[in-house]
Amino acid sequence: MSAAADTKEQVAALGEKYKYGFVTDIEMERAPKGLSEETVRYISAKKGEPEWMLDWRLGAFRRWNEMTEPNWARVHYPKIDYQNAYYYAAPKAPEKKLSLNEVDPKLLETYAKLGIPLSEQKMLAGVAVDAVFDSVSVATTFKAKLNEAGVIFCPISEAIRDYPDMVRKYLGTVVPVSDNFFATLNSAVFSDGTFVYVPKGVRCPMELSTYFRINASNTGQFERTLIIADEGSYVSYLEGCTAPMRDENQLHAAVVELVALEGAEIKYSTVQNWYPGDENGKGGIYNFVTKRGDCRGARSKISWTQVETGSAITWKYPSCILRGDDTVGEFYSIAIANHYQQADTGTKMIHLGKNTRSRIISKGISAGKAQNTYRGLVSVHPKAVNARNYTQCDSLLIGGKCGAHTVPYIESRNPSARIEHEATTSKIAEDQLFYCLQRGISQDEAVSLIVNGFCREVLQQLPMEFAVEAQKLVGISLEGSVG
Amino acid sequence: MLEIKNLHVAVGGKEILKGLTLSIGEGEVHAIMGPNGSGKSTLSYVLAGREGYEITQGSISYRGGDLATMKTEDRAAKGVFLAMQYPVEIPGVTTLTFLKTALNAQRRARGDSELDAMSVLKLVRQRATALQVTEEMLKRALNVGFSGGEKKRLEILQMSLFEPKLAILDETDSGLDIDALKLVAEGVNALRAPERAMLVITHYQRLLNYIVPDRVHVLAGGRIVAEGGKELAHELEAKGYAHIVKEPA
Ligand SMILES: Nc1ncnc2c1ncn2[C@@H]1O[C@H](COP(=O)(O)OP(=O)(O)OP(=O)(O)O)[C@@H](O)[C@H]1O
Ligand SMILES: [Mg+2]
Repeated sequence: MSAAADTKEQVAALGEKYKYGFVTDIEMERAPKGLSEETVRYISAKKGEPEWMLDWRLGAFRRWNEMTEPNWARVHYPKIDYQNAYYYAAPKAPEKKLSLNEVDPKLLETYAKLGIPLSEQKMLAGVAVDAVFDSVSVATTFKAKLNEAGVIFCPISEAIRDYPDMVRKYLGTVVPVSDNFFATLNSAVFSDGTFVYVPKGVRCPMELSTYFRINASNTGQFERTLIIADEGSYVSYLEGCTAPMRDENQLHAAVVELVALEGAEIKYSTVQNWYPGDENGKGGIYNFVTKRGDCRGARSKISWTQVETGSAITWKYPSCILRGDDTVGEFYSIAIANHYQQADTGTKMIHLGKNTRSRIISKGISAGKAQNTYRGLVSVHPKAVNARNYTQCDSLLIGGKCGAHTVPYIESRNPSARIEHEATTSKIAEDQLFYCLQRGISQDEAVSLIVNGFCREVLQQLPMEFAVEAQKLVGISLEGSVG
Repeated sequence: MLEIKNLHVAVGGKEILKGLTLSIGEGEVHAIMGPNGSGKSTLSYVLAGREGYEITQGSISYRGGDLATMKTEDRAAKGVFLAMQYPVEIPGVTTLTFLKTALNAQRRARGDSELDAMSVLKLVRQRATALQVTEEMLKRALNVGFSGGEKKRLEILQMSLFEPKLAILDETDSGLDIDALKLVAEGVNALRAPERAMLVITHYQRLLNYIVPDRVHVLAGGRIVAEGGKELAHELEAKGYAHIVKEPA
């Protein structure tokens, strides 16, 4: 049974529209404003990075200087002044990272408000959490249990110091430094993020999870995530994101790289709830993110699941490179845009190996004056014999002032490929609403119920405990959208 | 219980009900019959509070209150139930989830505690058996791919779950085979109670053999044009509407 109904009470209890809109007052340490070689050096020094890492960053910075911001997405925003922002902000804290009980209690309070099981006592919840607050990874729980299994789960800054060979071997191999404007920017100034390595044949004993939080004002967040699943291993990873309500727009430009070696499987889930801006479109996060997975070894599998409810602008295309033979790529997406939100999101499935299969299920919901675009590429290369793709894109419109757009690109250079694409656009029908109301269900609850039903195939892909949260979010982000 | 006086209702700017008067007492079962397009469903929608059904004149009093000013979902919580002529499909929402959501929404509105998933399941199972609503149906998306008869049975299951004060059945018998008709009628009869009123809309006297009404009304041209006991239904069946509806409105 779907948990939609179970969460109604919690939805009602939440009351406010965006419950994560608080600001935590913690003393911050920042890099000088603006972006220059100095900024890059400052960040690298703060992190105590080795020379090679600094060089890598500087290389990226030089490339970035020669690049121009992309404008092909169906999103509109005023020009970003990259010199008028901070690229590093960290809670002022002792030099060395401390154990959990030494972390600033205010920070822990923040996480408690976010509902993150940060304390070791909550181990029963079975989720290991790495929490990134602005730019720094604050505390990583459940280290011991993961150590036992040989799983490395730590802030990427730590991995650069402690596992440099591994980081050097994989960093930038899925999303090259010069991949795109925002990824290159990230490569120059990323300040923290998560590193995961799952050894050969190991099934990671728990869900791994990172919570990202932008707290400081006028600060960009550029986290970097690198996940390597060695041969025959399995890992499920989830990220959640929130930010305070602020009038200004804040930039979030993350890069996520996944590498699945032979027979490995990575399941990557996102519940993105960055502050979307207010009803009039003021404020909100610009979420310009590059996420890509490489099914490098034969028979490997990468599955992306995303629930995108927040951000003023979402520009995001989690992709799979199906390099190995018999590899599988999946993309399950829910993108909700309400008020003045703009979402341009989708995926790329690049079929390189033989018998590669991909599946895309996209559910776009538009309400208010929002614009929601699915943009997807399915590319079958000449050697990809028997490649298969199935794409299903469903759009749901609420009200008459929003828009839904589907932009599929298909390139097939192998005649044996089979590519199927289905698309539907529907509205919440008046008779559906009336039926719910007649049975005592309120308007908002009815919308939530109907939309959750519309998204069911995707919600089912989420780990149980996050599915419940996601269902709540779906309801909250559409409150008041009808009537 | 229900007192409708000189009710005029317009839909899309067109007047459909033109001075309908009808009153139902507690514990009574009334039947409404009438030609296609006479306004039977319109009446049921107005009572339930469907958007777009505008009361231009007249009044509806329900258990001492003014029904017209109540929100649709509040009417439901206060005991108004409409078994619809065309039950609606909601893809992706399992029937059981829907039932639980609705049941708890009504309970919440009445200030009762909500039921957890297990209690709801127990309750639903208990009511479902008699109506032969299978476990498999409960797991499927609400009304999606249900046969006509299955949809109608599910409406009656909901009636039995919500235990309304005023149940309006809009052509619940249409499309039912003989066995299903008996099931549904038994379900309805089981709910007949001194504090509950029912308004049964039907085209067929057959249903009224099973659900014996206290009163029968004939609705034509947006008005009640004839009233009587259960014999009236027989008369209609035998002679048609023509001799009763003298001048079409
Ligand atoms: N939105 C609308 N705009 C204009 N006319 C409408 C609208 N909705 C319903 N009507 C008309 O109102 C009249 C009454 O419809 P209603 O559904 O109440 O009839 P009924 O008695 O239930 O008929 P049936 O026995 O066929 O179910 C019909 O003539 C119908 O066409
Ligand atoms: Mg009708």
